[in-house]
Amino acid sequence: MVRLAYVQLAGCCGCLVSLADTYERLLDILDEVELVYCQTLMDEREVPECDVVLVEGAVCLNHEECVEEARELEEKAETIVALGACASTGNFMRYSRGNEQSAPTHEAFVPLTEVVDVDYAVPGCPPAPEAIERFLTLLLEGKTELLEPFAKLAEGKTEYCGCDLMYHVVNKNMCMGCGTCAAACPTRAIEVVDGRPVVNEDRCIKCGACFTQCPRTIWPGDEAIKELVMGGEEE
Amino acid sequence: MSELEEVMVKGDEELLGEHLGVFTARSTERRILKAAQDGGIVSAVMIYGLEEGKFDGVIASVTDPDDPEEPWKPRPVVITDPDEVLEAAGTKYTYCPNVSVLKEAVRRYGCERVAMVGTPCQIRAVRKAQLLPVGMRHVPDKIELLIGIICMENFPYEGLKTMVEQLCGVWMREVAKMDIGKGKFWVYTDDGEVKTIPIDETHPFEGEPCHVCTDYCAELSDLTAGSVGSPDGWSTVIVRTEKALELLNEMVEQGLLEVKSIEEVKPGLGLVEKLAQAKKSKNQKEIEERKELGLPEPGKVHEQL
Ligand SMILES: Cc1cc2nc3c(=O)[nH]c(=O)nc-3n(C[C@H](O)[C@H](O)[C@H](O)COP(=O)(O)OP(=O)(O)OC[C@H]3O[C@@H](n4cnc5c(N)ncnc54)[C@H](O)[C@@H]3O)c2cc1C
Ligand code: SF4
Ligand code: SF4
Ligand code: SF4
Repeated sequence: MVRLAYVQLAGCCGCLVSLADTYERLLDILDEVELVYCQTLMDEREVPECDVVLVEGAVCLNHEECVEEARELEEKAETIVALGACASTGNFMRYSRGNEQSAPTHEAFVPLTEVVDVDYAVPGCPPAPEAIERFLTLLLEGKTELLEPFAKLAEGKTEYCGCDLMYHVVNKNMCMGCGTCAAACPTRAIEVVDGRPVVNEDRCIKCGACFTQCPRTIWPGDEAIKELVMGGEEE
Repeated sequence: MSELEEVMVKGDEELLGEHLGVFTARSTERRILKAAQDGGIVSAVMIYGLEEGKFDGVIASVTDPDDPEEPWKPRPVVITDPDEVLEAAGTKYTYCPNVSVLKEAVRRYGCERVAMVGTPCQIRAVRKAQLLPVGMRHVPDKIELLIGIICMENFPYEGLKTMVEQLCGVWMREVAKMDIGKGKFWVYTDDGEVKTIPIDETHPFEGEPCHVCTDYCAELSDLTAGSVGSPDGWSTVIVRTEKALELLNEMVEQGLLEVKSIEEVKPGLGLVEKLAQAKKSKNQKEIEERKELGLPEPGKVHEQL
């Protein structure tokens, strides 16, 4: 059985709530794994050796223990998953600048992908429960070719945010105005005007949902859709 | 075998996408035919679905042809009342972000069974949202039916305006209907005038992002409707899923749709296949050319970062 750990760094618990929001499917998933660590749900003090670790939250560079806990995961876990935007892209933690209670000197927060060799990153603030479910199912079934985009995002080359949508989709003559990015944005930072997105940078929290959801940036392949969506699995 | 299944034929799936069958059809209701672009299949399906409670919301595109600032500029809407479906009927030849209201349909309108009409690229976007719904909480299982419309290309609003106003010599606000067919772009005015320009003259105004699109028939829809292949006032319909077939069967049984074999009509399925092939070859070539320039391929943008 797959040994699964859930580690929370500098995050808000929202990703864990989203995971729990998969309701009965969560029970199916839990049936297939052995949960070996999760601060919120169980009394286990140290991350044990495991097959998969889901990590929520950013890494605070001013907090030695936090950095160490993150680094040690490379030794302890076979597969490291940055779950959610704080761990994947940095999210609004990118805007942290210290001078906050209860740790006024904590000001340097970076995504896990900057500190550790992460295998997969699932952006979103939080990622939708159905996305977490799909990701975990594919991972447990070993359908790794469908997970390749998440492996690529784990390289953490950019925030995959509203700006990237402009630089890498619209500026590259690629946006056909479907509006998916606007629907995916949790802060309503995107409005489609004259058939192309306009990003309100003041509202953008750099969660990566727009870039990841856009059909022109990452296309999973027609076959996967026919099999997993149109095959009636959704009913 | 149902009346509908008797007239259905199969075409080349490489070109049309996987399907159960293709046929020619039109709505039997005058009010639908009057408002619709072609055979009114899209509107008829939406009205039937809402009336029967198969859908509790449909996403379509509305426009105000008399808007003083931007006549004919479309915007997406969520429709829950079957009486409002025809307000969205008819083709708008410019980008309309239908998918942008998908989450709103589920979250704000509380829809549990949504149908959406969209261009092939929009149908693709929703299928991806079902497969990998990173930013689409509670959306994937609320999609009841995806109705694709056949699409060769689309135009930015100012491009469309130039075609209508400069090339056809008609003010946008005077336009009653626009159409593409028989090698021409057609503009019908409120006064009953008809203006046309050869389709070649519209090519410079096509949106460039359409030139990397190789899907003509909305290959991932539940059902697709288009004008190509069928006579004026009729639609070519491609059925792909059992769910869509069942719905169309019911509509035919209830006398809501009139159906014919596409083999009995002109220009027929051959033209649909020919144009699908043309779009695929032309745009695949464009993708290759862009790759040589170092530009990303659609669907692989992340790989280049
Ligand atoms: C940009 C574009 C290009 C097209 N190109 C072709 C083509 O090359 N060959 C072909 O055979 N058919 C093409 N069509 C489809 C055709 O014009 C008709 O929409 C189709 O035949 C359906 O006819 P109907 O009478 O069933 O639709 P109706 O009952 O009139 O319903 C049409 C539906 O489409 C929606 N809609 C209209 N414009 C848009 C838009 N811009 N974006 C999203 N939704 C929209 C409306 O809200 C309405 O619900 C194109 C359509 C569009 C929008
Ligand atoms: S624009 Fe919206 S979806 Fe995109 S990164 Fe910013 S907050 Fe997230
Ligand atoms: S999701 Fe992608 S293609 Fe669609 S409107 Fe947004 S940027 Fe454009
Ligand atoms: S040509 Fe393709 S990208 Fe352009 S509107 Fe039609 S389906 Fe969308």
